[in-house]
Amino acid sequence: MGGWAIAVHGGAGVDPNLPTERQEEAKRLLTHCLNLGISALRSNLSAIDVVELVVRELETDPLFNSGRGSALTEKGTVEMEASIMDGPKRRCGAVSGITTVKNPISLARLVMEKSPHSYLAFAGAEEFARNQGVELVDNDYFITEDNVGMLKLAKEANSILFDYRIPIVGLETCSAGAAATESPLQMNGLPISVYTPETVGCVVVDKEGRCAAATSTGGLMNKMTGRIGDSPLIGAGTYACDLCGVSCTGEGEAIIRGTLAREVGAVMEYKGLGLQEAVDYVVKERLDEGKAGLIAVSNNGEVACGFNTNGMFRGIASEDGFMEVAIWE
Amino acid sequence: MGWAIALHGGAGDIPLSLPPERRLPREDALRHCLNIGVNALKSQQHALGIVELVVRELENHPNFNAGRGSVLTSSGTVEMEACIMDGNTKRCGAVSGLTTVVNPISLARLVMEKTPHIYLAFDGAEAFAREQGVDTVDSTHFITPENIERLKQAKEANRVQIDYTQPIQKEVKVETHAADGDSQIGTVGCVVVDNHGNLATATSTGGLVNKMVGRIGDTPVIGAGTYANRLCAVSATGKGEAIIRCTVARDVAALMEFKGLSLEEAAASVVENAPIGTVGLVAVSPSGEVTMPFNTTGMFRACATEDGYSEIGIWSSRQN
Repeated sequence: MGGWAIAVHGGAGVDPNLPTERQEEAKRLLTHCLNLGISALRSNLSAIDVVELVVRELETDPLFNSGRGSALTEKGTVEMEASIMDGPKRRCGAVSGITTVKNPISLARLVMEKSPHSYLAFAGAEEFARNQGVELVDNDYFITEDNVGMLKLAKEANSILFDYRIPIVGLETCSAGAAATESPLQMNGLPISVYTPETVGCVVVDKEGRCAAATSTGGLMNKMTGRIGDSPLIGAGTYACDLCGVSCTGEGEAIIRGTLAREVGAVMEYKGLGLQEAVDYVVKERLDEGKAGLIAVSNNGEVACGFNTNGMFRGIASEDGFMEVAIWE
Repeated sequence: MGWAIALHGGAGDIPLSLPPERRLPREDALRHCLNIGVNALKSQQHALGIVELVVRELENHPNFNAGRGSVLTSSGTVEMEACIMDGNTKRCGAVSGLTTVVNPISLARLVMEKTPHIYLAFDGAEAFAREQGVDTVDSTHFITPENIERLKQAKEANRVQIDYTQPIQKEVKVETHAADGDSQIGTVGCVVVDNHGNLATATSTGGLVNKMVGRIGDTPVIGAGTYANRLCAVSATGKGEAIIRCTVARDVAALMEFKGLSLEEAAASVVENAPIGTVGLVAVSPSGEVTMPFNTTGMFRACATEDGYSEIGIWSSRQN
């Protein structure tokens, strides 16, 4: 039996031309959140409390695509989603279509604990938030200038109309297209320079071997209103059981099709793979053409990550003193 | 080898004393829908088209909890959800929070085929429906007098919640007040393997009686209520919250793939390991096997295979 372990992510699929200062900023935030989680683990908080705490912090900082700093829908609004799962009893809660709740992950936890359901969305979820008395803010609070600019570029690229598997035509006629020619990498049909991948997530195993996972996102830049991605879907973006806790990020549709988070648990449970083996297998075999990354912990204190994207914002630490914050391979 | 089809009209606490006037219309509807599917299979249609066709028919039938006949939210409204998945390509589409779309399953298919996304919900899904020009009607079309009565009784009994993990004592006591014992039941689903070994699944529901507005259940969640790949196609029904945490539909496929179990063994294992009284499912494999296990009192179900086997049932075989 190992000790505790924690991993955080800020999304997979990173522009190789991302300015160094922005990279440093991301690493600082990941380090800060990791330390926050480590302190909580040292003070014996349970895994489920730690994942919520860490994801709240990531949501509150505007850097990544969740809470404040969320990507914008085609209408320029923010529609956030999140889910949380507690390994021991596989209890879970999820929310989608959140427009005024400051910390969607905490609302997901309330759905798990205070409602008879496990998933609430849109107006009903907002009503539940008001009844629970969680902190609410105006939708503008979530919208950053950066993202208003990104939405404009995404619209110019007009790329969301295209499935990522279909080559985009006519991109060279617009500015985002020019950026795309310099950097032919794409995620979700968007040139990587315009893509805002930075869904956040945290997985934790505490001293007692309890695993938990939490994921929160603003979704896809220029998404259709009402679009639900993988983050709130138990088994896709988020999963935890007795064996492991998993949080995924990347091309939502590929993650949903691959039931990616559950897959890590399933190959451990049914094939007897170890955590890192399971993560590698899933990234290699389960994404088809899709691109994604994930972080995972096991009940014996292992921690692992894997991605087939160009980079993933991530931080990892375990009780034996190992700590790493990285973006690239 | 050969084609096979299975469909369900919901699993749950269906009393053995279910009166004929409630039982017969459902059995007739299952038979009717099964025949539609069998005829489509005989005329060489693709599995994906057939599951959509059959579920549309089930949605149109007011005795099941999907489309017209959907149960009501705590506000007395209808919020329907549906999901469809193609086994070979694992392409899928899902919708939630529909209030005016006559056939939610067909909108789920359009999300799969005409959008870059997999899942659209609430206003955004309704707007997409209008853009696609699918049949829409006033929300009152879906509301049946029976379901108004069910909601009233559910509210009187204050038996809002059926999360089995948090039994609310006062509700358990009054549970017997439920009018007919089948008010939670009636999610519909269909799985098909066609002559060419293509697999597909589709599930559609109105959700839970007296559910909170905005509640999403297992039906539209890929891997929970609905899943298909090259090994099997699965549609599950029962208590949504349990099906979500057990990732029921995906686990049938995972047990086949990772443990080498047969379709029947895998499905039986998943149903046995879920809390009692929470889940039923129908599943087919590419070789034309069919299985329809449940750990509830009963499940409205029907199946047929190319070799001439056919079955329509509600309770387990020894009780039927």
